[in-house]
Amino acid sequence: MTTSLGHPHPAAIFWFFLFVAVTLGITFWAARRTRSTEHFYTAGRRVTGLQNGLALAGDYMSAASFLGIAGLVSLSGFDGLIYSIGFLVGWPVVMFLIAEPLRNLGRYTFADVVAFRLRQVPVRIAAAIGTLAVVTFYLIAQMVGAGNLVKLLFGIPYETAIVIVGIVMMAYVLFGGMLATTWVQIVKAALLISGAFLLAGLVLARFGGNPLALFAAASDRFGAQVLGPGQLVADPLDALSLGLALMFGTAGLPHILMRFYTVPDARTARTSVTYATAFIGFFYLLTFILGFGAMVIVGPDAIKAIDKGGNMAAPLLAEAVGGTGFLGFIAAVAFATILAVVAGLTLSGAAALSHDVWVNVVRRGKAPEREQFVVARVATLLGGVASVALGIVFKGENVAYMVGLAFAIAASANFPALILSIFWRRFTTRGAQASMIVGTFSALLLIFLSPTIQVSVLGRESAAFPLKNPGLVTIPLSFLVGMLVSLLTPEREASERFAEVQRRVHLGPEAGAE
Amino acid sequence: MSEKQRALEALARAQWRLALTLTAAMMAIYFGFTLLVAWAKPFLATQVAPGLSIGILLGALVIASAWGLIWVYVRWANGHYDATVTSLREPRR
Repeated sequence: MTTSLGHPHPAAIFWFFLFVAVTLGITFWAARRTRSTEHFYTAGRRVTGLQNGLALAGDYMSAASFLGIAGLVSLSGFDGLIYSIGFLVGWPVVMFLIAEPLRNLGRYTFADVVAFRLRQVPVRIAAAIGTLAVVTFYLIAQMVGAGNLVKLLFGIPYETAIVIVGIVMMAYVLFGGMLATTWVQIVKAALLISGAFLLAGLVLARFGGNPLALFAAASDRFGAQVLGPGQLVADPLDALSLGLALMFGTAGLPHILMRFYTVPDARTARTSVTYATAFIGFFYLLTFILGFGAMVIVGPDAIKAIDKGGNMAAPLLAEAVGGTGFLGFIAAVAFATILAVVAGLTLSGAAALSHDVWVNVVRRGKAPEREQFVVARVATLLGGVASVALGIVFKGENVAYMVGLAFAIAASANFPALILSIFWRRFTTRGAQASMIVGTFSALLLIFLSPTIQVSVLGRESAAFPLKNPGLVTIPLSFLVGMLVSLLTPEREASERFAEVQRRVHLGPEAGAE
Repeated sequence: MSEKQRALEALARAQWRLALTLTAAMMAIYFGFTLLVAWAKPFLATQVAPGLSIGILLGALVIASAWGLIWVYVRWANGHYDATVTSLREPRR
């Protein structure tokens, strides 16, 4: 099969420039409204539930889940779906435990919540370490993915692609702050979902509109085993460990958590998770159809010929059912997806650097507004330069494991401290510190010792730690350490102020001290 | 302890209980599915209708169950929870 993938195709370029023009227009509009630190981080807290739901979906659905999962399904069938499902089940946890308390307790970052009744400096430092670790690994995965994808999609060199992503993304965040970032996410999410929907519709049109006919065709042509589990989940402990990291990592991702500060109140935070889960679930259901559609219509051999990881399955499918014009559209959507996710990550990293480290640690919470605003932008600039540098340094490396790692750190470093600070009276500063530091570094260490690095990256025979993802060990460990250290270091003020935490968690920030 | 404080603590306990129950339900559903994937491969590959394997059916149901659990939570929160919060927010006379 001949394809125009990998060549700068006019349709792809048209759609790409249209997206960039529209989003830069939004940024220009947002920049005029972004006049304070509060606006820069929270878009003025006036985002609606539907808007924030779409923006959450936009922040969460990365190019990896669109291209990667469709590719995995097209090559190995059912196994790819295990990821689709794993990435959704974290959302109910966000809803039940995190979204509303976070909105009511914090201002800009999740560290606001953990530090609420604890000593600011030690908690903020530990939280910033966890946040920056998560953001860095997530960014590396996104940037390297971006470089490779753009090269495959448009045929431009890796480094050029990275620099383009870096510059456009920085324009959004630097000038438009959270307002522009939110609207970029909304546009991207709408494009991604409608693109996937259209593609799925074109596929199903060939099967009488019946997904089962498509699955049956896959089963007839490639054997019934493509509809059942294969070799991906061989060891149940491995599967549990990855599952735990995906489930609780979502509730610890800094760029997701930050979104809950953009809505006016807890009820809107609730509404936004409902919408987000609906959109994300719908999208992942579509990946079932896209994956099997690519398997049947394009064929695994043709997909592997372009990229052996299968990442080009969805674009190839678009070309097969909708022609080069549609391929261009889908390619531009994939690029927009990367841009938007990178922008969200950079903003949350910048918030940790400027709000947590600079304002609350270096300046002990006494920085004037003007200074906070300037520092927030300097931190964004640093974050942008760092992400371009990371993308170039890690060129050609196998970074697929880094998203799993980012989820494992988020679940081990951020999630336990958040839960304990919201729900447990006896949580203390030392406990929070210990939980976040142990969570971050145990996850890092065990990943390093795991088969993921030792066998897949370094090419050794075996690994000291048996699991591919450390979540099964590090999440309970972080909870345990946090609780144990808290019990050993009682903190009177922290437990006395728990009543205030409870009042604010449920009644909102307006409910002051009784 | 004032009456309002007691009511607030009761609400906090109710919220925690429901949140924990629903989280446990999601974990049970998802990890149950994962263990089936690991241990019951032939079972999941069985097709109940042409093209519809039990694996695909259950996978879609896991996604639907996430929606269902959220629906249960939102129904409680928009009703009982929000009403109690509003009554507790009113200034004391």
